[in-house]
Amino acid sequence: MELTPEEQDMAAGKYGKATQTAMEILVSLGEIYGAKRMIDITSVQIAGVSYANLNEPGLEWLEEMAEDGKVRVFTTLNPAGMDLEEWKKLAISEEFAENQIRVVEAFGKLGVITTCSCTPYLYGNLPHFGQHIAWSESSAVCYANSVLGARTNREGGPSALSAALVGRTPEYGFHLDENRKPEVKVDVKTKLEGTFQFGALGKVLGDRLGKKISYITGIPKASVEELKSFCASYATYGGVALFHMEGITPDRVDTIPSETTEVTEDDMKSAIADLTEDTEIDFISLGCPHASLAELEYIAKKLENKKVNPNKEIWITTARPTKQIADRMGFTKMIEDSGAKVAADTCCVVAPIKGRFHGLASDSAKMCYYGSGRNKFSVKLMSVDECIEEALK
Amino acid sequence: MKLTGRKIYHGKTEGEALVTKDSISFYGGVDPETGIVVEKGHELEGVNTTDKILVFPTGKGSTVGSYVIYQMAKTGKGPKALILQECEAIVAVGCIISSIPCVDQIDVTQIKTGMNLTVDGDKGEVVIK
Repeated sequence: MELTPEEQDMAAGKYGKATQTAMEILVSLGEIYGAKRMIDITSVQIAGVSYANLNEPGLEWLEEMAEDGKVRVFTTLNPAGMDLEEWKKLAISEEFAENQIRVVEAFGKLGVITTCSCTPYLYGNLPHFGQHIAWSESSAVCYANSVLGARTNREGGPSALSAALVGRTPEYGFHLDENRKPEVKVDVKTKLEGTFQFGALGKVLGDRLGKKISYITGIPKASVEELKSFCASYATYGGVALFHMEGITPDRVDTIPSETTEVTEDDMKSAIADLTEDTEIDFISLGCPHASLAELEYIAKKLENKKVNPNKEIWITTARPTKQIADRMGFTKMIEDSGAKVAADTCCVVAPIKGRFHGLASDSAKMCYYGSGRNKFSVKLMSVDECIEEALK
Repeated sequence: MKLTGRKIYHGKTEGEALVTKDSISFYGGVDPETGIVVEKGHELEGVNTTDKILVFPTGKGSTVGSYVIYQMAKTGKGPKALILQECEAIVAVGCIISSIPCVDQIDVTQIKTGMNLTVDGDKGEVVIK
């Protein structure tokens, strides 16, 4: 890979130890993937924030990097393992909270904006079409590449941090036109509605096509909320970083692939059935990916003047800025008066809740995947309305 | 016999080969506290990777895997070196942040478990003694 004089200085340690390590990581990745050069990026989003995933060594590595490292571009964070202000409400242990706060402080010292959200595009980290970025949350990578038309590879935590410290990323993969072309056409032959159905479609396509870039037709409209649910699920089940959706996504597609596959109502039913176990529900999770303001408003109005079954717990996870506006609008109060909890900064995928619950209901196919795999819960995928009914009954 | 591949991370070491034909997911697939492979149905399920020269086709799974490699190395439970057919980002980043010598583009079918190897990360070389 050809490096500019400034990049050579960074690699030689003239900009400090953290930047040198960052260059070492980026140059190795560039060489592995055949990049010819580094390119400037406009924003970074870093995953690997929950202490439950980092553990002590991961945290120590971040603290080492924070000794002399400072990000050179606008950088935000993925959800942490708890609400950073109201973690006691979520019954998080003191020990975990202390360590989680150390993680967030290390990122803060590095100059990272500690938003702690998996939907950075809703909270000020919003690239426009064609911008090069280095993001790591898989659902946000898929959303940024596909819905926004920005360009990013699926970064891991350390490589995203490295890109932030250097302000650049090696040019390979989804940064290049030739790697963004669709490989298979998908005809959706059934009507989709709501976040849970879009999530189920992500499972159908992820399971069937893996990482192949799809060109999806037959979806006349989709809301931001439906698309973020679809992106989360498609990235979870297929490892997908990019798709095209006719009439919705912005990348220009010159050649529609001849290989075609259909998605029928039966395919959808079978994906939903796969994520529907016969189980008693004691935990309901909404807000995966993080609930938008519109979703919080909808849920608040559904829960207003109602009472959640005291034997069940319901978390609505969202980003701090959304919660602050929800506080002002009275949505948080409407939700919490019912016994439900609004949890900011965190999500049920990365919070340390293994063993605390038995049966999980969610409108998110991604949440169902991690609920059953990582946390060993039985799961049920259902609509937002059904989730709320389940919480109340 | 000398096999030549590509440097992923520098450093020289020698030790005993532990070979698998299955790819490895470090996050969820290897217990960071013991170094033991825990993935159900994996060829190395129940086998300890600590202090071995781990030889496998490629990495897979969540990018959190890089931190798992780092945690193993920090606590002395990590492998001495990694040799792969084709390295990807998770393993590469894991080796770089953990300072574990790593070489790829090696014909791993030439190596059998129990062989004594020297690995030269700088030159991308593996010698079977």
